[in-house]
Amino acid sequence: MTLARLILREIRHRKTNFALSVLGAVIAVAVVLATLGSLRAYDRQTEAVVDQMEEATKSEMAKLEDEIRKSMKGLGFNLFIFPAGQDMGEVYSEGFASKTMPEAYVTKLAESGVVTVNHLLPSLTKKLEWPEQKRTVILIGVRGEVPIAFRKPKAPIIDPVAPGELVLGYELHRSLGLEKGDPVTFMGKNFKVSDTYEARGSKDDITLWMNLGECQAMLGMQEKINAIQALECNCATVDRLGEIRTELMEILPDTQIIETQSTALARAEARNQASATAKAQIEAKKEQRALLRAEREKLAGWLLPVVALVSMIWIGLLAFINVRERLPEIGILRAIGVKGRTILGAFLGRAILAGLVGGIIGAVIAEFVRLPSMDSGLIIETGEWIAAISAAPVLAALAAWLPSLAAAQRDPAEVLRYD
Amino acid sequence: MSQSTNTALDEASADTEIRPPVLSISEVAKQYRTTEGTVQAIDHVSLSLEPGDFVALHGPSGCGKSTLLLMAGALLSPDSGTIAISGENPYALGAEARAAFRANRVGFVFQQFHLIPFLDVLDNVLVGELAGTLPHGEFRERARELLDRFQLGHRLHHVPSKLSIGEQQRVALARAFLRSPSLILADEPTGNLDAENAAIILEHLGDFAASGEGAVLMVTHDDRAKAVAGRSVEMRGGRLV
Repeated sequence: MTLARLILREIRHRKTNFALSVLGAVIAVAVVLATLGSLRAYDRQTEAVVDQMEEATKSEMAKLEDEIRKSMKGLGFNLFIFPAGQDMGEVYSEGFASKTMPEAYVTKLAESGVVTVNHLLPSLTKKLEWPEQKRTVILIGVRGEVPIAFRKPKAPIIDPVAPGELVLGYELHRSLGLEKGDPVTFMGKNFKVSDTYEARGSKDDITLWMNLGECQAMLGMQEKINAIQALECNCATVDRLGEIRTELMEILPDTQIIETQSTALARAEARNQASATAKAQIEAKKEQRALLRAEREKLAGWLLPVVALVSMIWIGLLAFINVRERLPEIGILRAIGVKGRTILGAFLGRAILAGLVGGIIGAVIAEFVRLPSMDSGLIIETGEWIAAISAAPVLAALAAWLPSLAAAQRDPAEVLRYD
Repeated sequence: MSQSTNTALDEASADTEIRPPVLSISEVAKQYRTTEGTVQAIDHVSLSLEPGDFVALHGPSGCGKSTLLLMAGALLSPDSGTIAISGENPYALGAEARAAFRANRVGFVFQQFHLIPFLDVLDNVLVGELAGTLPHGEFRERARELLDRFQLGHRLHHVPSKLSIGEQQRVALARAFLRSPSLILADEPTGNLDAENAAIILEHLGDFAASGEGAVLMVTHDDRAKAVAGRSVEMRGGRLV
């Protein structure tokens, strides 16, 4: 005869009491795990919602940014870097700077790791007479865009002009009847027309583009340029131009910067605004869900202890009833020499078994719980399963402790005398 | 003195060795406090049971018989006086040691049998193993022997509710005998039995006493029981008369 056998036989005999004790543990464990699992599922749901919103925003922003990038590229460069002493009145009246700066400036800028500008295009511009055609033209020497160090190469806004070739604005090629591939002489030197532009309704229509090196040689201005055109970055800052100036002044102190093309900037502003709005919406969503989460957590904060306490009281009451029913048995066991701690073990063992069985059943039930507000089931971590299944027998033993102790300390003489 | 003479004397000495009484009750008194005042349940009682004694204790209800039996069984300490079982005072021991003492020295039989309802016959007899003073399994053979002797060999795996009253009392008797105690304390063991079953129980108790293994103290109102017992003691108002 062993204690375990005594416990198991008694459970088989008083099934209802044991089943009700198990039920107490089942409810406690299922409620605890379901509550924790639902909180975690809610967190996952929040993450998914926010991720979805962020993904949608990101995709929208990428599309918008691409559109803006294209539109800005379409509108051309919107930053001009001129020599420091250049009279800007002259630039606005003539359309170009008369003062020059070293061509090396563009290299210095490109290698500086500058972040506030893109697409650097050095140029040398001069209004002059096309002697062979007896007309005034604007000559622009370009060498193509200078790639910025440490950046992924970008598609150029303007293609370079190869040596020996010319690109003609609309008015020039139209009035002279020149087409792509035609030979042409400019200032005594023979070129080939490599491209002709459509009408732009600007000074570009009387402009002639040439390779920068050839232009510098032709004008006797080797290694000189009079402007660097750039495209400012699409940075979401209030004082964009201020930031660009601050950065560029540190790299090229004896230059000045002007900004043009406000349409593109307005679009960039709109994009930044849209981005900020989307971010604010995401934050609002997060905040709203965090509030709901806090409410749920608050509910769990009192629900879980209450459920655990009620279950413990329930198990304790059932243990008390069990002790009452078994007083004659306790009396005779004590009379024949069974020690108090063995009696204690018999009652606690029963409670522990009820807790363990209830814990396992409760955990299994929690696994299958589906809450209507949830897309998926509960999310319960392995540690929580183990903790719940381990805690249930401990709490059941604690609940049954006092009745069990009373049974163990019961005076057998009293039981037998009054029986 | 020759060698052979010495051996003969030693044997004679062993035969006449003085063993302590199985139960020695000396000037024992016990009071109960109730809402109506103090009740003198046992009033300076002395009683001695030698091995082989079968003593019937009788008297009117409430005279203190059962209280005396519980005190004799190391279950209820006296207010004064001494009790010794096989020369040892169980009340000098701590609670756990006294429980072990009871397990090894005393067997109980009650009018209500006090069988455990969810254990079968064999387990009810073996429940004394839970006292844990010997390894489990030690008593299994003895339990079967006792149950065979009490004509319960065919009922080993029946629960008490499936047994007749007489069979239930025999199971209780087997449980009391399991650990070969020196003292059997029986409280109205035939009180619920018909004549035939009462006779069986009394016969077994008588056999135990007659074997000289120990002694039996039996509380009874049953005249048949008094007749079977070797000695009959009457109790009135907490005193032996």
